[in-house]
Formats: sequence, C-alpha cells, structure tokens
Amino acid sequence: MTNRVSTLIGSPNRRKLLVPFVTVGYPTFAMSRQLAETAIESGADMLELGMPFSDPLADGPQVQLSSQVALQHGTGLGDLFELTAELRRGTDIPILAMGYYNPVLSRGLDRFFGEAKSAGIDGLIIPDLPPEEAGPFLDQAGKHDIASVFLVAPTSTAMRVRRIEQRCTDFVYAVTVTGVTGAGRSFDDQTDRYLSSLRKQLRKPFVAGFGVSSSASAKRLCRHADGVVIGSALIRLVEENGRAERAVGKVGDFLKSVRESLNGQ
Amino acid sequence: MRGIDKKYNFPDARGRYGLFGGRYVPETVIYALDELAAAYAKAQKDRRFKAELAGYLKSFVGRPSPLYFAERLTQHVGSPRIWFKREDLNHTGAHKINNTVGQILLALRMRKTRIIAETGAGQHGLATATVCARFGLPCVIYMGAEDVIRQAPNVEKMRLLGAEVVPVESGSKTLKDATNQAMRDWVTNIRTTFYIIGSVVGPHPYPMIVRDLQSVIGKETKVQSLKILGKLPDALVACVGGGSNAIGLFYPFIRSKVKLIGIEAAGHGLDSGKHSATLTKGKPGVLHGSYSYLLFDAEGQITLPHSVSAGLDYPGVGPEHSHLRDSGRVEYHSATDQEAVDAFKLTSRLEGIIPAMETSHAIAWLVANGRTFRRNQNVVVCLSGRGDKDMPILSSLGELK
Repeated sequence: MTNRVSTLIGSPNRRKLLVPFVTVGYPTFAMSRQLAETAIESGADMLELGMPFSDPLADGPQVQLSSQVALQHGTGLGDLFELTAELRRGTDIPILAMGYYNPVLSRGLDRFFGEAKSAGIDGLIIPDLPPEEAGPFLDQAGKHDIASVFLVAPTSTAMRVRRIEQRCTDFVYAVTVTGVTGAGRSFDDQTDRYLSSLRKQLRKPFVAGFGVSSSASAKRLCRHADGVVIGSALIRLVEENGRAERAVGKVGDFLKSVRESLNGQ
Repeated sequence: MRGIDKKYNFPDARGRYGLFGGRYVPETVIYALDELAAAYAKAQKDRRFKAELAGYLKSFVGRPSPLYFAERLTQHVGSPRIWFKREDLNHTGAHKINNTVGQILLALRMRKTRIIAETGAGQHGLATATVCARFGLPCVIYMGAEDVIRQAPNVEKMRLLGAEVVPVESGSKTLKDATNQAMRDWVTNIRTTFYIIGSVVGPHPYPMIVRDLQSVIGKETKVQSLKILGKLPDALVACVGGGSNAIGLFYPFIRSKVKLIGIEAAGHGLDSGKHSATLTKGKPGVLHGSYSYLLFDAEGQITLPHSVSAGLDYPGVGPEHSHLRDSGRVEYHSATDQEAVDAFKLTSRLEGIIPAMETSHAIAWLVANGRTFRRNQNVVVCLSGRGDKDMPILSSLGELK
C-alpha cells in the first residue's frame, strides 16, 4: 500500500493544503477527538496530531499550554495511537504526529514506529531532530514506510535547504519566521521574499507553518507555499471559549473560512 | 585503572563524546551554532583573543585562584590530605565567571548586540550580568519564578548590574523551564543575540566551549600541584549538576592516572525519587539540544529533580560526563541534602570558609569516604563557589540556630 502522504502529495489536482494541528489530550481526550474530527470535516487535507512534551522549547504560549494541560491528564503516546486508530475508521486523509524526540526515542524507535504504523500514522515531524541526528530514526521510518518531514527555517543556508529536502520523503515544512510557534503574527514582504526564494530552491512541495492565524495570512503564505499548518490559532479559540464544547464549532467555522479562502488559489 | 585513554580527543566532528552530545535543536538554531563554532575555532587560533581572555581572567576575575591546604578538615577526616581549589575567591564568588568572560569576548567578536542567559541559583545569571555591565551589552536573564523567590539576593544583584531578570512561569518554574524560555528567545532573536549557556550542556559546540573556558581551573591546579607537592594530586573531587566546574577541573588531567570523582546531588536519597543524581539514576535521552543522561518517566517526559542546592537541581548533565561515566574514566557518586548541609557547616567551622551548597556535596562525599584514601595521598576538591547565597536556605531549614 502506498503511503497516504505520497498519494496526496502526488495527486495531479492537488489543491492548497490545509493542515490543522490538534494536541492529543487537550483540553481532554474526548474533545481532542472532536476537534480532530471537526478539522477533517472542515476541509483538512492532512492532520497533525501533537504529542505533548514537558519541555516544548520550539513552541510559544498556546502549544505550551495545550501540552501542559494534556500532560496533567496523564496523556501519553498510547493516547496518540488510540486517537489515530479511532480517526482512521472515518477518514483516509494523512495523519502526521508532531512532537519532541525524547518520548519517541525512549519508547524505543522500533517499537514506536511499529505502533505508529499499525495505528494509522502516516508521517512524523520532530522539530528538535535535525536531519544530521536522524540516522536511526530514518532507518526505522523507511522500514515502516512512514513519511519523514523536516523543517527549513529562514536561517537555513541554501546548502542545508538542499540537504533537508533530500531527507524529506514527500514535502518540506517551512518555518515562516525566526521564532517559536504562536498565533497572531503578521507576515510582511520579508516573509514573501523568503517563501518565494524557497519555492525556487525546492523541487518538493512545502507547507508553511508557525504563526498562521487568519484566512488572510493563510492566503498570503499560499501565494508561494503549497499549504499552511494552523495550530496555535485553534488552541486560542478553544481557550477563548472556555474549553467548552462550543469551541469545537468555532474551530470548525474558522477552518472552513480558511479553506474557503484557499480554494481557487 | 578503567577508562584511561591516552588519546582522548572529544568531541568528534559531529559534536559527539562517544555516543553522547550532538545538536538536537530546531532548524532555526543550526545556523547560529555553525556561526559560533566557526568564530570559536578562529578565536582559538588568535593570540590576541587568548591574551585578552588571560588579561581579564587576571585583573577582572582575580586568577589564578589559590590551591589551599585544608589543614583542620584534613585532621578531622584523618585521611587523605585535602586541598581546596579556591574558585570561591573569584569575582562574583564562583567558577561561573571563567565561562562568561570568555563567551562575552566571543559575542563581541561576532558583533552580537544582545546577551541572554538562563540561571537556576543565580550564580551564572550574576556572572553574565557582570560581564554585560563591564562590556556594555544589554542583558536578559531567564530565571524560574520559583528560583526568583528562592534566590532573591542574586536577583537584586543582577538588576543592580543592569540586567533584566525575567521570571519564567511555565512548567515547573525552575532551571529547566528558564532554559526552555532562553532557547525560545534565542530562536526568535537569533541574528542579533548571543546565548551565554552556563554549563557544559546544550547543543554542540557549547559543551566544548564551556569546558575549554573552565579548564583554566584544572590547568592551574596542575601547575600549583607540581609546585607545592612536586607531583600531581592522587585524586580530584568536584560536584556535578550540569558539570562545568567538574569538567573544568578534570579535563587537563583526563589523560593522566589521577583519579577523578564527580559527586551528584542525592537529595532526600537515591531511592526517594527526590534527587538530581542524573548519572547514577538516569537514562540516556534528549533535552536542551544534546543526547545525555537524563531524568525522565516511562513516557519520556522529563521529571522534576530535587536538591537543596539550586545549582544542582537540574534533570540533565553534560554529554561529556555521560561519556566519562560509561567509559569508566570518572567515578560518579552522590551526597544527600543532609550530608551536604552538614559539610557546609563543618567546613565553615573548621576552615573559616563558607562553601556553596553545591560544593558542599563534594566535601560531604570526601568526609564520608576519606578512609578509602591513604593518609599521605593528596586530594583536590574544587571549591566551586562561596556559600553566602545559601544562607536563606540554611536558615529556612532551621540549620543556623
């Protein structure tokens, strides 16, 4: 069976990709499931499931908060696999897990990849694992046919961008600005120039993430990028709605509006 | 003796000490690490840099620090002959300034315009704020909100020196969270900002740079031993949190036969679950940019360490120590909170020296294990810092009555 990521990325009429990020176990396991299902119904092309970590040093306040809340309920990798397996019954879109290296490594790479594959995870994004350190990780990913996605940043040299692209099986994740994840950033000409130069450097498609919080910013990034990742903005919506059920609807409405604005691009 | 490697030469080109080390950081940071490694390689070959560093170590820090015979403590313990390497006599009262002076000179060469640092007990924050004042660079110190309360006198000193002290409210509100926050600042301001890391931890090349800068401790000890004793000492003992004073003392002796002993904080006891004995009780994992021994649970989540000494209260340890542990070249043992408190008081009364609570762990181990040495053997303890900063802790424990 072909990996779902390869199928999506290779499809001839691929639209601009909407990639929502949902932290497993935030604000509760049940609600993270509802949020993920809503994201899928609202036009997600791929879904990122966040694996909470005690020390998320690449993340801003929203993802830090969601991780902390999830860990307080005792969320673990078992919940990631369970949630993925549940979602898999209703969807065929690619599901990627995103999180820090230590929980993955301490699980045992072989065991982790085996469990991930049987749960239905299609790819992995580990922000504190640059390609140079990823040898054993990539061996396992290859063995289990799981897509590997590495990040490029505005500070990556042209040589590194090439090297990183080679390590990405299907697409590249571009960090929009120097900084941590977080909603409410505004993008300027500099971001446009950066993404436009990436477009020229890369052969593989790339999605842009970090700081995407409105339809307008998603649309702007997708002038050059092949899609956007939206995470912190969703967490902010959940917080603004008191972590109550009504937040699920708000998240759905927001993602639909983003989807709308990306259609026709 | 196990582990002696006459050709010891780490880190390798990938920033590894055997299995340990590396660069497990977000992509944005890689460029800054490459830039730092290049600037450091260039500085090492530059006589002017070396002369400048030596000049500040002499006239600003007050080096060399004496090697002092702890006569009454020696009499009390019985054996061996105990010597103190007096890092407590440095400017700002600890070994930390050896490193910050070197790193700020690098920052200036790299034309960085802003300095950030993390701190736990506040000694590294203080040493960073001090050099920033001296060289006129703006300075932001991240400190866990819990530590800001526990170490109030150091916070006041840092502010007096012109640093901005930012209390970190996330996570456990201690050193590891301050480090996370400093990393987040660095990722955001990567082009203008130099991150002065305070111990032999973090991504390559930091563990190497901090080790090299702290090695002045061991180099002086070697010269002083040969002069005073006519030979090298038989053993060296130092406390290990991240491990910078220990590596600084050990490194120049690493190819010799001198016995090297690192002492971790056993907190309430090694089996209490409340300790910071990373090398004794931890497992290899990834935190703050490197692969090293670490305290974490079955899910890979970092667990909270404990020590009466804020400077040892960290769930990780430098990658080179992990390698030295596995190779057997360094022995690692531990001392509990109570043993450290007792050694703190004992050293104050017998030697007229109030040692830092971190240092007191090393002394405590030697007091308990002195009999494993012969009477005429010479053992050097790194007296890594002075204990004035620990008076409020001692007082709150009811130990000053």
